[in-house]
Amino acid sequence: MPELHSAEGTSKKPAPAKDARPTKDAGPSTNAVPAPPQYVITAKNLTKTYGDVTAVDGISFSVPVGEAFGLLGPNGAGKSTTMKMIGGVAQRTSGSLTIMGLDPEEHGPEVRAHLGVVPQQDNLDEELRVRDNLLVYGRYFGLPMSYLKPKADELLEFAQLTDKAKSKVDALSGGMKRRLTIARSLINEPRILLLDEPTTGLDPQARHILWDRLFRLKEQGVTLILTTHYMDEAEQLCDRLIVVDKGRIMAEGSPASLIRNYSTREVLELRFGSERNTSVGAELEGIGERLETLPDRVLIYTQDGEAALEEVSARGLRPLTSLVRRSSLEDVFLRLTGRSLID
Amino acid sequence: MTVLTQGHSVTEEARNRRFGPLYSRNARAVIGRGLMATKSSNWLVMLSGFFEPVLFLISMGVGMGAMVGTVQGPGGQEISYAAYIAPALLAVSAMNGAIYDSTWNVFFKMNFAKLYQGMLYTSLGPLDVAMGEIFLALLRGLLYATGFTAVMGLMGLITTPWALLMIPASVLIAFGFASFGMGITSFMKTFQQMDWINFIMLPMFLFSATFYPLSVYPQYIQWLIQAMPLWHGVELLRQISAGAFTPATAIHVGYYLVMIVLGLMLTTGRLRSLFLK
Repeated sequence: MPELHSAEGTSKKPAPAKDARPTKDAGPSTNAVPAPPQYVITAKNLTKTYGDVTAVDGISFSVPVGEAFGLLGPNGAGKSTTMKMIGGVAQRTSGSLTIMGLDPEEHGPEVRAHLGVVPQQDNLDEELRVRDNLLVYGRYFGLPMSYLKPKADELLEFAQLTDKAKSKVDALSGGMKRRLTIARSLINEPRILLLDEPTTGLDPQARHILWDRLFRLKEQGVTLILTTHYMDEAEQLCDRLIVVDKGRIMAEGSPASLIRNYSTREVLELRFGSERNTSVGAELEGIGERLETLPDRVLIYTQDGEAALEEVSARGLRPLTSLVRRSSLEDVFLRLTGRSLID
Repeated sequence: MTVLTQGHSVTEEARNRRFGPLYSRNARAVIGRGLMATKSSNWLVMLSGFFEPVLFLISMGVGMGAMVGTVQGPGGQEISYAAYIAPALLAVSAMNGAIYDSTWNVFFKMNFAKLYQGMLYTSLGPLDVAMGEIFLALLRGLLYATGFTAVMGLMGLITTPWALLMIPASVLIAFGFASFGMGITSFMKTFQQMDWINFIMLPMFLFSATFYPLSVYPQYIQWLIQAMPLWHGVELLRQISAGAFTPATAIHVGYYLVMIVLGLMLTTGRLRSLFLK
């Protein structure tokens, strides 16, 4: 993995969430920081129930200015509900939440003036053309046309949609719609950008273009809050993330520290065919530090994948395929919950 | 490239406002959006809404009117059958336009286009959205009423300058139906439920003294119809068209004022519980 997260341990170190498992390097920063980090979002024991269902079950976290903060978890973990509460369009059942020092339930319009929102499903205005989507959305924030017109052109360029300015929205590809949605979310120069599953349904190329745009925003000081169930996305984009399952925080930290704390350096993936995968476990006992048996493959967690593979061969086992790879957040999630992220 | 490094002062103004969670005094942005959308896609639909009552007036008023002859108008004078039903058709068209805009249109935007979800993630509150959409419905009602009144004039059905008051009165009627319609639509989840609206509208259109006086009904049916909103609209416009005002005129106007207030309360409450849950 490229070292994208080497900034860990700098002044942006947040306080650990109360009910998150403490990670090794999540203690109070020893750096000489003159002022405490300024949090743009602070959630304490945030809880949301729908009838009998508890979507968000007492989660606490704080996000400092300029951080890319991720909520990683499977579908139904409570990520989108958390996002809705931040946007003030879902009311929390209990707990406290402040955005830029304001309670989004009491100051909905005011809080949302600071937010850019990229919802899980594009909700572009299909009755308006591409550029008009930006102008009209800006009007919703009460911004004047004299500001919006140059801003819309600037954002179209940012989203690489300048030549589509007069197109109809339904003529755009999925990736273009997504970029337009992101451009739209920036019309009010938000300090916090909420991205709910930003690249779900996009092809790899479109995802990379989008990630590049998000990196640029981060460089400009925008705080990014994103939910995802893609581990590679979380690794690429997030400075720090919480792993969420069933409405609770399972772990918190940078992608690198989570992998370090909850997984081994390397993983050996073995496939013995669907019949053998579950039964072969006993024969692999003792190889590596930990064994995980999935329906389609066996994962051996080890510091040295090649050595483990040799050991497997030495025991006379012949897997159909074998693969040595670096540990990922997927492995962290598997370790924490016993389940895969995408099921 | 600087997307975010400049121009913060422009949004500061928007950020520093203090408003409740329901209303940010920006319904005009919703109205602006509606006008822009109409310009690019909806105007044919709008045109059809204008012709509907005109076609009714020609077929029923001129066609059937030839058989009916003259009838007794609201002031007791003899008027042509076309002049009798024209104000009623105007009231029906005000109702239909407002209901279409505030039910089917809103239903689609709410459940399929996800337009309101997008709006409510901005500084707009539910009340801004409701007021903007209702205003658009009224603007459309105003255009239809003006056009229909002009047609009445061309057909020689207008005999008093008072008749011009039918235009603002139509807007009043449309306001009553639009404010209620939007609230009712918020309860609807499926197309089948939306059909219930037609189930109420069609009998109201046919039986609210639109084509013949209320006196043909037995007393208890009269009471039922007098409780329904369209009858008040029909009577109001019919009185205005002849310049024949009675104390009942004030009751008709009052009926709509109450309907508007209750409808706005219902709509805002529903939008709040739907989108800020």
